[in-house]
Amino acid sequence: MEAWFSLLVGIFFAVAVYLLLSKFIIRVLLGVAVLGNAVNLLIFTGGRLTREVPPVITGGADVLAGPAANPLPQALILTAIVISFSFFAFLLVLAWRAYDDLATDNTDEMRVAEPVNEPAPPLGY
Amino acid sequence: MAASFSPPADLSAALVLASPTMAEWLVILPVAWCLGVGALLVMLRRSLGLQPGIAIAGLAGLVLIDGLLLTHVAANGPATMVMGRWLPPFGIAFTVDMTGALFALVAATVALAAGIFSLVDINDSGRRYGFYPLLMVLMAGVSGAFLTGDIFNLYVWFEVLLISSFGLLVLGSEREQIDGTVKYGFLNLVATTLFLVTTGYLYAVFGTLNMADIARKAENLRDSAPLMTLVGLYVLAFAMKAAAFPVNFWLPASYHTPRVVVSALFAGLLTKVGIYALIRVTVMLFPVEREELSFVLALAGAVTMLVGVFGALAQTDFRRILGYLIVSGIGSIIAGIAIGGPGGTGGAIFYALHSMLVMTGLYFASGIAIRLGASTSIATLAGLYRRHAGFAALTLMLCFAVSGLPPFSGFWPKVMLVKAALDIGAWWLAAALLLTGFLTMIVTGRLFLLAYWREGADTAGETAPLSAATLGPLAALALAALLIGLYPEPLLAAIQSAAAGLAEPSAYLNSVFPAGGSQ
Repeated sequence: MEAWFSLLVGIFFAVAVYLLLSKFIIRVLLGVAVLGNAVNLLIFTGGRLTREVPPVITGGADVLAGPAANPLPQALILTAIVISFSFFAFLLVLAWRAYDDLATDNTDEMRVAEPVNEPAPPLGY
Repeated sequence: MAASFSPPADLSAALVLASPTMAEWLVILPVAWCLGVGALLVMLRRSLGLQPGIAIAGLAGLVLIDGLLLTHVAANGPATMVMGRWLPPFGIAFTVDMTGALFALVAATVALAAGIFSLVDINDSGRRYGFYPLLMVLMAGVSGAFLTGDIFNLYVWFEVLLISSFGLLVLGSEREQIDGTVKYGFLNLVATTLFLVTTGYLYAVFGTLNMADIARKAENLRDSAPLMTLVGLYVLAFAMKAAAFPVNFWLPASYHTPRVVVSALFAGLLTKVGIYALIRVTVMLFPVEREELSFVLALAGAVTMLVGVFGALAQTDFRRILGYLIVSGIGSIIAGIAIGGPGGTGGAIFYALHSMLVMTGLYFASGIAIRLGASTSIATLAGLYRRHAGFAALTLMLCFAVSGLPPFSGFWPKVMLVKAALDIGAWWLAAALLLTGFLTMIVTGRLFLLAYWREGADTAGETAPLSAATLGPLAALALAALLIGLYPEPLLAAIQSAAAGLAEPSAYLNSVFPAGGSQ
């Protein structure tokens, strides 16, 4: 089962990298969204896919009765989902503002902070 | 009801039953303090007049706490506190050693200087945008990153400081800032995601996220697990955070766009967090893999310092020159990590601490120069020496420090790094370090010559005398650079003990697992 998930994670990463390499911010944003999910799946698979048994210790017992799902990757993924969602929201607003203010979503044309053909520094007084 | 569920098991096997001591609270206090002050500032967001006072008092408190923490760690060795009383490696542990405490203290000092400088640099509109709460949350993230002993937790602190840095970077919403933030935001997000990917792999291999646990388990996994892949990915992720070549382009694209005080903060803190994580992971957790990667790291370091300084030579904007000088400094630090050993690691830590103080000071100087000269370009800035000789002298001190000239703080780490490079026979690395120092001197010399010494109009820009809040932080950092240069022994001793603690982390491990623990 892990092998199939690894393949899926690989496809997610390939799609994310392809989109991230685009010049257009909207595609890069989609790439960021896919990348976040790729990582979540990766952590989930990395924690090993075990049986769908909740890891709850019943009353009177000290340890789990049998194999159960690994809860730690789920906690990690929950953290990562919250973080990646907030980042995605921020970047979405930022991209919209950039489109509004700079009138382009092509990163090649975003040269306000680093203008093209800047004069060279003076060589003397 | 509760009684029927109480297990008969021995809780001391899984839980810390004794209450934490005051010293243990001190480990977590820098983060809790920053978040508390930040929350207070959010509640008082409408009282714009109160905000700077509270924030500066909060940052002064942070310096005090970090100072106490450093003295505690220097006297008693690494200290650990676990969250929720779970014994490590189950609970999230905060473990502070000399390296973390030194970085945290210098970071807090830099932030305090920035807090004072912000009195003149951040107007009411900046306060309304939430500069001070964002500053405190940024410091919570930075302190947490320096103090945590859990690698996933380190990722979380990276994200905390990243999201607050977004807020600070875009403060003001000018076109230039939005452009810079787009590049900064996306590339840093990719870097932290790469960090998360690697941490996912590391968890899959080790089954643990506690750094001390990773350090002791690495030995047995070395033959069977792809540790080299993990370390390679970590190096790439942290190098991207630290702006090392070839993943440095986000830094010069964004650091000159925000408010001056924000640039200064970022110069002092953000790239150095990446450097700290790189030192922690390569030197302490995976020393064997660092040895294997040392040539790659040395090459990246050498190219980074040269790319940085050549980039600085080609710039006309005061702040963009400084952006490239940060990159150049990162190259020297990475060269130190590549060399390893007490000289290399110690030199890297010393260089990082020096760079935090000096680059922040130089950004303050750029802000004052831009205000006095009403220009950001060294082609038009002129006559600053005639306008304010004291300010020019302070800038010159920092220029000397960043070039590595004695008697300032940049000299000693450079000596340590060059000596360590020659000791292992890496003459080309030593040559790159010296060449970079020489070229940096040309960059800063030209800057001083054009912007300060050249005759210029006396009337450009603000003519009011510089206030204490403007000149004070700059003077404090320049004097710190001078003091470290003249009397480096105490700091050097602390750095050597930090480097020794990283190379031989048994004290760190004992602090996390007191009785040796069970594997």
